Amino acid sequence: MNIIGEKLYKALIEEERYLAYLEGLKITIEISLLAILLGVVIGILVAIINVTARERKGLKWLSLVCSLYINIIRGTPLMVQLLIFANLIFVSRENNEVVIGAVCFGINSGAYVAEIIRAGIESIDKGQTEAGRSLGLNGMQTMGYIVLPQAVKNILPALGNEFIVLIKETSVAGVIAVTDLTKAAQYVGSRTWDILTPLLIAAVIYLIIVLGLTKLLGVFERRLGKSD
Amino acid sequence: MIRTKDLTKQFGRHLVLKGINEHIKKGEKVVIIGPSGSGKSTFLRCLNLLEVPSSGTIWFEGKDITASLGDINKLRQKMGMVFQQFNLFPHLSVTENITLAPRKLLGMSKEEAEEKAGILLKRVGLPDKAKAYPGQLSGGQKQRIAIARSLAMNPDVMLFDEPTSALDPEMVGEVLELMKELAAEGMTMAVVTHEMGFAREVATRILFMDEGQVKETNEPKEFFESPKDQRLRDFLSKVL
Repeated sequence: MNIIGEKLYKALIEEERYLAYLEGLKITIEISLLAILLGVVIGILVAIINVTARERKGLKWLSLVCSLYINIIRGTPLMVQLLIFANLIFVSRENNEVVIGAVCFGINSGAYVAEIIRAGIESIDKGQTEAGRSLGLNGMQTMGYIVLPQAVKNILPALGNEFIVLIKETSVAGVIAVTDLTKAAQYVGSRTWDILTPLLIAAVIYLIIVLGLTKLLGVFERRLGKSD
Repeated sequence: MIRTKDLTKQFGRHLVLKGINEHIKKGEKVVIIGPSGSGKSTFLRCLNLLEVPSSGTIWFEGKDITASLGDINKLRQKMGMVFQQFNLFPHLSVTENITLAPRKLLGMSKEEAEEKAGILLKRVGLPDKAKAYPGQLSGGQKQRIAIARSLAMNPDVMLFDEPTSALDPEMVGEVLELMKELAAEGMTMAVVTHEMGFAREVATRILFMDEGQVKETNEPKEFFESPKDQRLRDFLSKVL
């Protein structure tokens, strides 16, 4: 018991090391929120373009561009994408690594979100679109007022899953010199000669965030489900 | 009001409509009957371009709508459509179902649209369902709400695509009754249906479609009493 207490003291309290975790946590949350936001925006756009362009002859190429994006992102490892992004695209050292990370994670997540939303749109009966169009609504209005709200309800569990995966995946951000929660834990470990305890602490923090998010999504799902 | 010339529709290699020349005049109640697969629903869905014709021309209120696809959203506001599967919006309340299009397309305020929805709900006999969601309604109620939703746009013509085919038998009556009232008020209607009683009673003209063509068209009395086309005779002998 004493040994555990001592290890925790060293990993958390000594030299106010808890501040390091908090700093790391702040960065992890910043990257995650920005990436989720960007991912959702990209995902909705790509999904809608993909679904509408496929049916129109002149716009087939747009659908191909979307497929290309999705296939490249899903077909290559996230860490490689992150490294390529940091080294090739943002060569200037002036850049903010947190922003680079968020943009890269957002672009990555967008591909997955796009596929989730596409599946959601396709899960809505064609009659819904026909009813909207027959009232005189145009394609965009029908999508926005009728199809998407129903699609989001159907895909909320999958979307929540994607957010959870994204938050956890930000733990590789350390490879582009971002001091996120995982990296902060590693730093603490390198100072105290005990790597395991800080990593366990980081793991618990991730778990708490994810459980919190799960709860939040559950509330959301129930609210959307009230019209059933 | 709606005129078609040499209207054809092809799905893949299958020719569903083989040149339809029809004229639905203002105030007419045209009932379209025929065996399944005869193209009657496709014909109806071509009239508001839910299906884009493969060739031919459709005029609505004097305008060639097959030429100017861009205006179709405006034209559809004047053509109400009622579907076999109702297609109410399940995430919206009954009132929201009815007010969505008038608010977004006619620029009505929320209050104005809701007042109109209230009047329409009374008319279809469901004033107490204003706040209900489609999932809480019976099939017959859903279809009456769907009709109210179409009427909210003040259409010049109503298209009915087998409006009672998905209903339990005891609910068919309430929907047909409402359609009869609409007909009596002078609404121009085109109805695809299997309800021969309705055709006989309400139609000003009946079209018999078979194999993608209009095989016979006549007033109800003549149509049922002295059918000329052999296929129509066979069909009537089976359904009557």
